[in-house]
Amino acid sequence: MKIADRVQQIPPSGIRKFFEIAEEMDDVISLGVGEPDFTAPWAAREAAIESLKDGKTSYTANRGMRELREAIAKRVSVQYDFTYDPDTEVLVTAGASEALDVAFRALVDPGDVVAIAQPSYISYVPGVTFAGGEPLPVPTHEEDDFKLTREVLEANGVADADLLVLCYPNNPTGAIMTESELAEVAAFVREHDLTVLSDEIYADLTYGEEHTSIATFEGLRERTVVFNGFSKAYAMTGLRLGYALAPAKTIGAMNRVHQYSMLSAPTTAQYAALEALESCDGDVIEMRDQYNRRRQFVLSRFEEMGIDCFEAKGAFYVFPECPWEDTDAFAEQLLQEQSVALVPGHVFGESGTGHLRVSYATGLDDLREAMARIEAFLD
Amino acid sequence: MSTRDELLALLLENARYSTEDLARQMGADEAEVTAAIEELEASGLIRGYQAVVDWDRADRERIRALVELNVTLDRETGYDDIADRLVKFPPVKSLRLVSGDYDFALEVEGDSLREVSKFISEKVAPVPEITQTVTHYIMETYKDRGFEMGDGHDDGRLSFSP
Repeated sequence: MKIADRVQQIPPSGIRKFFEIAEEMDDVISLGVGEPDFTAPWAAREAAIESLKDGKTSYTANRGMRELREAIAKRVSVQYDFTYDPDTEVLVTAGASEALDVAFRALVDPGDVVAIAQPSYISYVPGVTFAGGEPLPVPTHEEDDFKLTREVLEANGVADADLLVLCYPNNPTGAIMTESELAEVAAFVREHDLTVLSDEIYADLTYGEEHTSIATFEGLRERTVVFNGFSKAYAMTGLRLGYALAPAKTIGAMNRVHQYSMLSAPTTAQYAALEALESCDGDVIEMRDQYNRRRQFVLSRFEEMGIDCFEAKGAFYVFPECPWEDTDAFAEQLLQEQSVALVPGHVFGESGTGHLRVSYATGLDDLREAMARIEAFLD
Repeated sequence: MSTRDELLALLLENARYSTEDLARQMGADEAEVTAAIEELEASGLIRGYQAVVDWDRADRERIRALVELNVTLDRETGYDDIADRLVKFPPVKSLRLVSGDYDFALEVEGDSLREVSKFISEKVAPVPEITQTVTHYIMETYKDRGFEMGDGHDDGRLSFSP
């Protein structure tokens, strides 16, 4: 059977080889996991159970349950000075990943150039390719704290691109961008009439600095799609519930793709998400506090080992420099000899080369042991 | 969160964290953490450290009872006087003055049903101000001091995920 060219041109994920090795081994401590080790708050789980007991097993509106869209719009209005109309400017999707995919398909024409700030989440490049667009990597580096600057945008030809994809707090680096730093990017975007796809799935997980959305800058709301969801902050990865916020015309276009592919996000998950927004903020704060302590633990251990590690202030990753030149060899040997799994940075784009993604979404006992094993491996 | 509250939160989570682990998680010096713990202990804010045990998994039988106590007070005897007398007994694991239908909630622990019964009838009930005792033996513990009993959950996550 013939496989479509656009699928064939996407290489297998760079983490597959490691995954296959890890699967064969016992006693692996994985710091390669991009999801919380906590379980979804009980109130959210109970709401999902209750919805099933009540027989809420039908499709919802394509855009998502109205109560949920209202709750999302209400939540966003607390964070921003403006609100999104729950009827026309909010789309509930099966995870933020689906929202991104739908956006690429709705907004990208064949040949359109989509600039992607890298290192980045591994699905952006394939998502653009599947939509027929041309991904344009925009490398960020440790010297700039993995932040996007006007110079970087200019130097990489982003002025001629059609769209710009951002992810702050960032997976895999843990970098965040402050209000003044984002203002510079916002000005560039306005000047060059770009559309922004802003993945803010880690917005609730920042340590020390409040998250700012690029959509809040003057003239940006009209040209930005914001992506968020419940997977990371509410530890609801398996429930697959995300959303997009954008002007009505854009959401309308995205919904056209969404309604012919997903129809509507899972109903059970929508009930869980509604409850999460209504009553689970305390759980989020508690999880964030724990992540922050683990973050400090991991950073201090790397410092002690003499491994240079950028001070991540968001998400649940740190992105240390790899002590060996060959990152793949380091990751593979560490996995085989010490049973510690982490992800080579180049998987997230070329500018991640020479780094490792270390997730601290793992209990302290395992983190302590994993760090001891890394230290032993280095000796 | 203040340093003291952060330290308390961590010790409540796991009192066996080493000062080194505590210091790393808090981004503080080990010496600072040691001093803060000493201060918390000296001030009496921290009264002690204990394991939370799931006795159902032990070979040894452990009997626990919750006892409701009603008392009458007079000019010379207050709640504190009665409490002072009761807390000295080793089988008394907790004693609280509560609102509602009875005055004190007493938790007693012993190696056998007979030992616990004997303690309540011979040591607690005879206290002159105690007018009534209602004993509830604990048949099953599902959660204790924030810890759920049972098997817990294995990490079912994939070793690598995006």
